[in-house]
Formats: sequence, C-alpha cells, structure tokens
Amino acid sequence: MADFLQQVVAGLASGSIYAALALALVLIHRATGVINFAQGEMATLSTYVAWTLTANHGWGYWPAFAFTLAVSFLGGAAVHQAIIRPNEKGSVLRVVIVTIGLLIFVNGLVTLIWGGEVRAVESPFPAGTTVIAGVAITTADIGTIAVVLGTVAALWALLQYTKLGLAMRAAAVNPAEARLVGVRVTWMLSFGWGLAAVLGAVAGMLAAPTVFLDPNLMAALLIYAFAAAVLGGIDSPVGAVVGGLTLGVGLNLIGTYVDFVGADLRLPVALLVILVVLLVKPTGIFGKSEVRRV
Amino acid sequence: MTALLELDAVEARYGPVQALHGITLQVAEREVVAVLGANGAGKTTTLRAISGTVRRSGRLEFAGKPLRGGPEAVARAGIAHVPEGRGTFTELTVHENLRLGAYTRRERSVRADVDRVAQWFPWIHERAGQQAGTLSGGEQQMLAVARALMARPRLLLLDEPSLGLAPMIVREIFRIVRELNEHDGLTVLVVEQDARIALRTAARAYVLEVGRVALEGSSKELQENESVRRSYLGY
Repeated sequence: MADFLQQVVAGLASGSIYAALALALVLIHRATGVINFAQGEMATLSTYVAWTLTANHGWGYWPAFAFTLAVSFLGGAAVHQAIIRPNEKGSVLRVVIVTIGLLIFVNGLVTLIWGGEVRAVESPFPAGTTVIAGVAITTADIGTIAVVLGTVAALWALLQYTKLGLAMRAAAVNPAEARLVGVRVTWMLSFGWGLAAVLGAVAGMLAAPTVFLDPNLMAALLIYAFAAAVLGGIDSPVGAVVGGLTLGVGLNLIGTYVDFVGADLRLPVALLVILVVLLVKPTGIFGKSEVRRV
Repeated sequence: MTALLELDAVEARYGPVQALHGITLQVAEREVVAVLGANGAGKTTTLRAISGTVRRSGRLEFAGKPLRGGPEAVARAGIAHVPEGRGTFTELTVHENLRLGAYTRRERSVRADVDRVAQWFPWIHERAGQQAGTLSGGEQQMLAVARALMARPRLLLLDEPSLGLAPMIVREIFRIVRELNEHDGLTVLVVEQDARIALRTAARAYVLEVGRVALEGSSKELQENESVRRSYLGY
C-alpha cells in the first residue's frame, strides 16, 4: 500500500508538470484558437536561460527562476506581437503552420547557442524523503507539486478576481464585443501568450532536474501535455490541470504495475489516450460541446 | 443647438462593397434620435461607423472633437455601443458583464454603479452570479443596455433593441430608454426596424435608403409623412 501511494505521489509530481504545460496550451487555444506547437520549445529556451544563469553566472536557483519567468513572459508576449498577430487575420491553418515553424526555429536556436549535449541540472529541492502518514515521499516531488499548484493558483486568482483577468477572458471569448467596451484586445492576447510562456517555463525548469537538459527536453513532455489537455478538454483550464494530474498518476501506475508497459511504452500510452479521447469524447472531461449560433 | 455628435458626408465600406454613401446627421445633447430604414439601408453600418467597428471616412465629431480610431478609442471618448443581437458576453456572469461595462472608467465605484443601473433593471442583483447566456432574450438585451450604462456614456448607440423580442419586452426597453433620457439626460441614437415605437420614443429621426439619408425631421412630421407611413408604419 505504501508503495502504491508513493507511486501516486510520484505520478502527481510528473503530472503537475504536464498540467502546467497543458494549461499553457489551453490558455493559447482559448485566446488565439490554435494549438501552439512551439510551446514546448519556448519552454526549453526558458529552461536554458535559467540554467545559464545558475551554472555560468553564479545566480541562486530561485532568483534565476523568477528572472526566467519575467523573461519568458516578455518573450511570449513578443512572439504574439511579432509573429502570431500578423498572421492572425489569415486562416487557422496558417497560424498553426507558423507555430510549427517557430518550433523548428527555436529548437535550432537553442542548439546553436548551447550545443546539443545533455546537461545535468541540479534540483532546487533538497535530496531525501519526507514521511507523511507512513508514506515516504521525495522532497523533490512535494516541491514540484507545490510550485505548480502555487503558479496555477496565482494564475487563477489573476483571471478570476482582477480587472485585467476579466478583460483577458472577455477578449478570449468575444473579441469584437470586448473592443466595444474599450478592452484593447491585442494587448490582452499578448498578455495571454506571455502567461502561457510563464507556465511553460515553470514546467521546463521543474522537469529539467529529472530528465536532464538537452535541446529536445520538451519534445516528449509536449505530447504528455497534449494528452492532458485533450483528456481534460482543450478549452478548459480546470480540465488541463485535472487531465495532467490524472495522466501523470495513470502513466506512473501503469508503468509500475503493468508488466509489459515499462518506461519505454509510456509515450505510446499517452498517444493512445489522445486517440481514445478524441474518438469517444472529443470535448474531453470538462470541455463543453461547441454550440455555434446561426 | 450645438450637436453632441455630428456626422458629415460619412462613407463606409465592407471590402469592395460601399455601405454608406455620405451620411450627414446630428444628435444634440439630451436628445433621442432614431434611424429608420429597410434592411440593408445602412442603419447598423451608421452606428458601426460611429463606434469605429467599420472603416469609415468623412467628418465625424463628438463633443467638438474629431472621432478617430477603433472601438477601444471611441469607448474611451464616452460612447457606448449596444450592438445588434444582444451584445453580452454569454460565457461570463451578469456581474462580470457589468464590470466590463465599466472597464474604461478609473474610479473604483463599480458597486455604486451596479446599484445605480439596477434601479432600471431590478432583477440584476438577484441574477448577478448567473451566466449571461442562460438569461432570456429580453433579459440579455436589458443586460446589454445595463452594461453600456455602466460606462456612464455621454452617448448611447442602440442597435435594433427590438430584434426577436416579444412586443411587451420591446415596450419595456423603450420605456426605460425614455426614462433614462428624461431623468438622467442620456443622449441616445437608436437604430430600429420597428418605426412605430422608435418614432414614439425619439424626438427626431432620419430615414435611410441605400446608404443615404432620404428623409429627416421631427418624429411628428415623419409620422404624418405619406411615404414613411406607407413604407415603415404600414397604414
């Protein structure tokens, strides 16, 4: 039983990372109506920034963490203003292709600057375990879950309780109407892209200590995040978080208790989740079926 | 009479299609003015030209200053536009819709403003937490007006408030518009298919035909005008 609970908590830790990246995908899907395929690579770039600050410039982990979040926010907003916005008037497909191009570009840029070698990243959390109710849980797992939940709670409070958050939601659900009440919609969308980049950076920085840092850090994580977002409902922020945690726990338990699914088969299982959800309930657990007004 | 809003030879187009061929009209402070006309005459486009939701040219002046820019700028100038077809954020709550109405205002008196607006729409308090999309059509239209009032506009643009609503609710909405004008001195430019109720509410009206002003005058004159009676009043 203790072993089972340990696996659940470990699953929650990796699931919270999927949740953060899935939430980034959902934010952008709600604001811009597309899947940002470059979300993972943008997060990789952020993670390299944090790594450079700590490894080469002697910054402490948390100052580097905070600084990276700020840089990521500005970077995400700049990507929207400079690259996405000029293409938004075209078809959805056009924006999707632009994000795929951005994926390739950022991946190349990271390799060009930092090279392709795999680097170890130190965990910000002390090694060892904490025993809670007879279950030994690694401090890193607790820390990861806490940081993601803290970030999500802050984001939720921003969107739900501030005037800025309200304007962002208005701009996402009905841009024409939002402009009529005076909301500067493009700024709000850029703000959304900035927040998504922050979530991606959190995911990347928390994932790096366990999976090592290389230019393809987020490739597999992005698939898990897709699966989480699809599972929860691509337009539902709550769904992204629940989907991420469910997927993390589910994959971890399957990997541990189902013999033929080792660590190698986790990714195909995630893809299977995407496939099954899209076939059985395309709107996901929390998604609303789209009602078009005629 | 100094005009609060003045349009002089305003043109507007949707891509290659010209919708307004030079509209000239004035609205004085504390006046209710109606814009009548058949489908496609350019009524809605006239309001869109004022709020900047459509590309326009010509001279537009509001409170003595040229009216420039998109809807964000026009909203800040003090014009609230209630668009055709219930301009509400259906996915947001009633209260959130009202808060958005006050978006351009700096003061922190949103609560007092909700109370002020609720004088006209008393049901708003009980429904504050309800999603706007679950309201009835009439309630959504009233919420759209209430949201516009939250901005404390100097000019209210109302586009077809009667669209798809039962006659009783239409009368209720126009009654509120009249009271807002009489008690609060609100200036209103209303576009309406239902010429009868529009002429009863407005002091003056313009009749549009294919993007031009075909007729203008006091409501009384227009009610007695032979062609208006035949085309728009139906008797």
